[in-house]
Amino acid sequence: MIVADKKPVEEIIEYVKDSSKILVLGCNECVTVCEAGGKKEVGVLASALRMYFANQGKDATVDERTLERQCDHEYLEEIRDIADQYEAIVSIACGVGIQFTAEKYHSIPVYPGVNTRFLGVTEQRGLWTERCQACGTCILAYTGGICPVSRCAKRILNGPCGGSTKGSCEINKEVPCAWQLIIDRLKAIDRLDLYEKLFPIKDWSTDRAGGPRKVEREDVKI
Amino acid sequence: MRLTYPTSVKIVRVPCTGKVDVQHMLRAMEKGADGIYIVGCKEGECHYKYGNLRARRRVEQVQKILNAVGMQSERVQMYNLSSSDAPLFVKYAEEMNDRIKKLGPNPIKARAKSKDQQAA
Ligand code: SF4
Ligand code: SF4
Repeated sequence: MIVADKKPVEEIIEYVKDSSKILVLGCNECVTVCEAGGKKEVGVLASALRMYFANQGKDATVDERTLERQCDHEYLEEIRDIADQYEAIVSIACGVGIQFTAEKYHSIPVYPGVNTRFLGVTEQRGLWTERCQACGTCILAYTGGICPVSRCAKRILNGPCGGSTKGSCEINKEVPCAWQLIIDRLKAIDRLDLYEKLFPIKDWSTDRAGGPRKVEREDVKI
Repeated sequence: MRLTYPTSVKIVRVPCTGKVDVQHMLRAMEKGADGIYIVGCKEGECHYKYGNLRARRRVEQVQKILNAVGMQSERVQMYNLSSSDAPLFVKYAEEMNDRIKKLGPNPIKARAKSKDQQAA
């Protein structure tokens, strides 16, 4: 999932302090699972903003809404009828949802209520860790299902580097060395032969360096 | 034992303090409560294992939010006791009552009230 983290309430107040009709807009997908932008977090943030305005002696309306997703036209259309009433929208979907909302509601300021962090997993409740950087040419088949692009600090494809120590990465003892994990896993699935081969130069043109990316599929287009 | 505690304290019963969410506390403050305190079982003695620890974390979160919006975070507190300890229950109630008296009424209470009247 896309993992996001809440922005401090103080920062969000800065964005909207001069508006008097605000919509806090959540998303039912990834950000709900990582407890940063779902219905509950919408309720908490909206409540905080209402208290802020009340304490300032200012009359402001802060409404709450949570859409199924903010990255699809059909769900974003659900606020078409009400969007114009608002002077500001605080979206607590991931950066994708925030932008799509802003694109769709061109004349209303849309502010981010979260920091979008990475693509990752819920290791345990309250702990999310990165697994993928969407490099666009997945090599997991050769690395035992462990991604050196996102999990090795140097993104090296023929690791480990000289800094790998007792299973930890040299940047921090708390971080497991991705290449140690790769070797252990290749051993477990009896594919150490893959480790013996030098990895060819990776095609990075599909990574972010090539500018914004798109996927176009004729087979599913209408 | 017939003990009395301040009449300003209104009790909301929940099966476990772990049931109390950040949202419940914020809504109560928003609606004009002068203070909230959660009384849970002693730490390590929760029937559901972590209910009271979760409650403490949530109280801390609410305190942080109150600070952020410029309201006094001391209005929200967490207490722990063993369920049979009535004198301690009274002590906490008195302590909270004194704290709120010192702080004065919830600053947004008047607004919350007039909004309620408008809605009615
Ligand atoms: S190799 Fe690329 S696509 Fe595959 S998991 Fe790693 S970053 Fe993601
Ligand atoms: S120690 Fe391992 S994870 Fe860290 S930079 Fe070197 S190879 Fe990558």
